[in-house]
This record gives sequence, structure tokens and C-alpha cells, in this order.
Amino acid sequence: MERREFMHKSSGATVLGLAAAAGLLPAAASAQNAPGWNKAAFETKSLNDAVKALGGSAAVESKDLVLQAPEIAENGNVVRIGAQSNIPGTTQVAFVIEKNPYALTAVFDIPAGTDASVATNVKMGQSSNVYALAKAGDKYYYAVKEVKVTLGGCGG
Amino acid sequence: MSDPMRIRAQVQGDKTTVRVLVSHEMESGQRRDGAGKIIPAWFIQSISAVYDGKTVMSAQWGPAVAKNPFVQFSFKGGKAGDKVSVSWVDNRGDKRTDEAVIS
Repeated sequence: MERREFMHKSSGATVLGLAAAAGLLPAAASAQNAPGWNKAAFETKSLNDAVKALGGSAAVESKDLVLQAPEIAENGNVVRIGAQSNIPGTTQVAFVIEKNPYALTAVFDIPAGTDASVATNVKMGQSSNVYALAKAGDKYYYAVKEVKVTLGGCGG
Repeated sequence: MSDPMRIRAQVQGDKTTVRVLVSHEMESGQRRDGAGKIIPAWFIQSISAVYDGKTVMSAQWGPAVAKNPFVQFSFKGGKAGDKVSVSWVDNRGDKRTDEAVIS
């Protein structure tokens, strides 16, 4: 092990520990979450875990759910995806990107009178399956498409 | 305080389509700065739209929504000249609300 790196890490940890003890951490490090934000769901790593964290048991594939996503995304920083659910009684539409560090990306609630059709821009770290997820009644449905990313968007 | 959102709401028949362009960094918490330190996550966690006192869209977002987020949705009803307002809250507790007139 490189001694220098070790020293660097351990002293850094000590400083952070002291700062935390003294209540000196900047606000960003102790950021609060918005009311109602489903932290557990947004920390999931797969479609199934996301469905469970949202309160469902499992999702089945549905042809009535249409996912719009590009086959190839040249820039992973901005990928336009959209979903339209033709499943009657859809109350929620969500997007899950399988290989992102946090799979669940966005959850839209669809009140009565609003179309179960939303679109947004997302970031993708690498080529991955993208899922649209729709909730109707207490069941979850999904549609999937593979998006190839030629330039990753999660930098590092 | 962040820049205003750009909101476009258009009524066509019995449907109003709303497009929103939000100005926000949407830092994912995955990137590192020049010194190799992780840049803390800073992103919008909740966003909603209200028309005529009724919520017509509400969403929760994770850090993978793109920088300067775009959203499109549509709802039944809506009259030209009425207002739609959109609000968001990020994980630092910052918030912003903007209004647009339906055309």
C-alpha cells in the first residue's frame, strides 16, 4: 500500500470527523430531503427493487405502455425519454435506468384528467436498458428499450 | 436564487400541453472535482404543476434527471388566458415557483 495515500486518507477522515463533531459541516453535506421524497425508492439498483420500494410486488411487461427513447444517445448527459400509458386507470409513470448508479430516475404522479404521457431529459452513465413503469390500480407494468450511449453522462 | 423556469402552455381542443425548462445544475453526486473530491449531490427532488387550484402533475426526481431539466405533460381542460404555475424543491431546500399564461 502506498504510504502517502494511506496518510492522506486517514488524516482526511480525522478532519472530517472533527468537523462533524464540532457541527462545522457545510449545509450541503447535511442536506435535507424534500417532503414526501421517497428516499428508499431512489436508492434502488434494479427495476424489481424500485417496484417494491414504490409499494408494488412485481411488474409485468405490457404492450399498452409505449416507451420513447433513442436507440443511440450520442451524449449521455441529455437523453430525451418519454412514456405514454394506454392502460386504463394509470396513476403513476416512472423511469428506471438499469445501469445508472441509482436506477430509479423519476416518478410522475398522474392525477385524474392528466394524460398518462410524460417526457423528460435524463443522464445515462453508460449503455443500458431503460424501463418505463406504469402503475394502474395496484399493479405495475413495464416497457423496456436498450439505449446505447456513446459518451457517458455521469462523468468521473 | 436560481433563474426563472421557461414554461410554455398551449391549449389545443380540450387538452393543454405544458413544456417546462427548469434552470438547475442537477449535480448527480457521482462526479469528482479537479482534486478528486466528490461534488455533493444537488438536484430537484419534487416538482409539481397547478392549474385552477388543482394539481395537474407532480413528480419526484432522482439525481439522474438531466441538467436544466425538461418536462412535458398534458392535461384535460385549460383555457387560453388562464395561468399554470410550476414549483420545485431541491435537496438543499431551495424552491422556486413560476407561472405561465396558457396560449
